[in-house]
Amino acid sequence: MSDPKDFVAGVDSDQRRSPTRVVFVTRRTSAQVKANYEEQVQTYPEVLFRVLLAVEILAIVLVVMALLFNAPLEGIADATHTPNPAKAPWYFLGLQELLHYFPPVVAGVLVPTMLVVSLIIIPYFNINIEAAGLFLQHRQRRLRIFYLTAIGLLVFLVAFHVYVAAVPTLIVAIAMVIAANSSPASHSAPRRYLASKPMAWWVMTWFLFELIVLTAVGTFFRGPGWSWVLPWRS
Amino acid sequence: MPGKTDKILEQVEQSRVWRSIFRSGRGTSTLHNALAIQQSVFLHLFSTKVRKRMLSVSSTWYLGTLTLGTFFILIVTGVLLMLYYHPSVPQAYADMKDLQFVVSSGLFLRNLHRWSAQAMVFLVFAHMFKVFYRGAYRAPREFNWVVGVVLLLITLLLSYTGYLLPWDQLAYWAITVGSNISAAVPLVGSKIHFLLLGGNQVDANALLRFYVLHCLILPLAALLFVAVHFWRIRKDGGLYVHQSEPKKAGVVDETELVKEVQ
Repeated sequence: MSDPKDFVAGVDSDQRRSPTRVVFVTRRTSAQVKANYEEQVQTYPEVLFRVLLAVEILAIVLVVMALLFNAPLEGIADATHTPNPAKAPWYFLGLQELLHYFPPVVAGVLVPTMLVVSLIIIPYFNINIEAAGLFLQHRQRRLRIFYLTAIGLLVFLVAFHVYVAAVPTLIVAIAMVIAANSSPASHSAPRRYLASKPMAWWVMTWFLFELIVLTAVGTFFRGPGWSWVLPWRS
Repeated sequence: MPGKTDKILEQVEQSRVWRSIFRSGRGTSTLHNALAIQQSVFLHLFSTKVRKRMLSVSSTWYLGTLTLGTFFILIVTGVLLMLYYHPSVPQAYADMKDLQFVVSSGLFLRNLHRWSAQAMVFLVFAHMFKVFYRGAYRAPREFNWVVGVVLLLITLLLSYTGYLLPWDQLAYWAITVGSNISAAVPLVGSKIHFLLLGGNQVDANALLRFYVLHCLILPLAALLFVAVHFWRIRKDGGLYVHQSEPKKAGVVDETELVKEVQ
């Protein structure tokens, strides 16, 4: 009875089970309910006004673009005359770049299917929910798996001469090595930032990086016969 | 005279006809504002209140809102373009030329439709990555993330089917390259390819199929999933606030005693 506190407080932050749970249990074993207070505004009119404003600005930007730049229109479709190169819309050029290296069943079917499946299952894996830094727990085991995966992937990409995809992979792998050799106690802020990132973050960042690089290469750096060209020399 | 206009407006808004349509009534109280959302078939998908922090540009960059904006622009310009377009060979290409040189503002309409489409694809991707990096896909929002992935695929298909409609060299060969990929699916590849194009190569049948997909089936699917997407935001507890995650210190400061159960 010498404890001056009248209650026991507990904060549960296990995101797997519940995002926020604050528990207070008094000595008389009664529970005090605490709630988060957060300032709120009415959707009508405050939020709707901002939505309309954002859409209005977007519309102005797009109208100006439509006035300044004409949509491309080439000659009438001709099945007997194949342009070189025949390019897909820009958002598929990453896949078309992969088609250059791998058979269609891999680059056109397997890779997109795997991408969509991985995107869908993201929220259903606890490994994506826990926000702890990748190398902060089970360090040795995770390092081994990481080195095996990274080297295996790089050897695979280089063996198929997919240097365009190997370079972003290498850069992300180097960043991960830096993260593995950093900790929340590191002196530099970027190292602390990298060390805090979970696995899901690394995978998604690698995907984003590949997406940007492959799309940019397919759009700007590919000419006749899908050969490497420089966009400023035509 | 602003005073007179206000009076007329007030009379209109209090009339029986107006009240039969808009039941929320006249007034600016919190109750009226809440009813304005709750009693509208279009707005009831949204919650009546939003956390103030979520309105800051940095928390969402308004990417979802802007994506919806492009979708509306695309519906309006798309319907107008349909008035001048025949999905047949070679008339489709002639209609493109007419839009360019004959129809008033035809070129502008087509430009706006095309750039909005490109913007929508870009914004959908940006929205997805922003949601991921904020961690907003976590429970209880898992299913809304999946709906979002479906919307991403619908957006890509919308853009892809629209790509063929001008029936120029760019359209024809882009679709030829893309549809040949479907033929690479094991076992049923050639069947899918035939089903998609209505033949063994891109021709008039493919144009008609892509037109129906682009103007009817895919937009309806998109509208349906967009409705679910918005409704789920409300049902899943509003937009995700990163800072409300429990912190080691400070969480007690933000809380306030509201009730004591004895």
